[in-house]
Amino acid sequence: MLHQVLFIVFGAICVAGAINLVAQRHPINSALSLVVVMGSLALIYLLLGAEFVAAVQVIVYAGAIMVLFVFVIMLLNAGAEERTQGSRIAVLIGGPGVAVLTGVIVWTVMRNSQQFGGVLIGSMVEQGQDNTHGIANLLFKDFLLPFEVTSVLILIAIMGAVVLAARKESV
Amino acid sequence: MVPLSWYLVLSAILFALGISAFLIKRNIITIFMSIELMLNAVNLSFVAFANHWHKLSGQVFVFFVMVVAAAEAAVGLAIIIAVFRARETLNVDRVNLLKL
Repeated sequence: MLHQVLFIVFGAICVAGAINLVAQRHPINSALSLVVVMGSLALIYLLLGAEFVAAVQVIVYAGAIMVLFVFVIMLLNAGAEERTQGSRIAVLIGGPGVAVLTGVIVWTVMRNSQQFGGVLIGSMVEQGQDNTHGIANLLFKDFLLPFEVTSVLILIAIMGAVVLAARKESV
Repeated sequence: MVPLSWYLVLSAILFALGISAFLIKRNIITIFMSIELMLNAVNLSFVAFANHWHKLSGQVFVFFVMVVAAAEAAVGLAIIIAVFRARETLNVDRVNLLKL
């Protein structure tokens, strides 16, 4: 019962934040509602028994990535967006299309709801091994090569960001 | 006990809102934020299925998605800064020529 109440509360906050992201016209308001979505998603991860992912969600997404977004919005002094002909066409054609797509997905998932079963709080806790320990075991044994490749990817991304954002005179 | 399908439906709704924000918004930074919203929705599906199968691999994939999203955000925002320097605008409808 408590689990359902918590899920509905945080799910509603998530969806409300996402709707606010679409509705707001100033990018800083959209960025702050995206922080709300990410924060409540972290709590939903906790309900699913993924403590490490919840912590990383708050630290990396709500912390690092969104600070980067807010920093760029303020650096570029972005004002309220202007609506153009293109956005009206996108609303007219894209809106119903997205609604139909969502309806089909929701209908399919709910029709096969019995096969998926349910989620219990604490069902992910294995005997004598916590969540972070298990992820570390997987990450540094089975997924060692992808892990190292992502570290190279981040290095390349940092260098690319510096090169792209540098002024032309200084390059 | 919450049915797993509720989590999948929440994920689908968030993904759809991300798509609609991507289509409707005209500010390039907000479009970029809607991509992050879609990545978050997919992460929720990953974690929900990791719980369903009692395998931690799904959570490791979420970790990788977050790492790639962080790298993507850094490069994307650098590109946005470069575009703003060249065009003096953030509206994607005004960024419609390859050359200046």
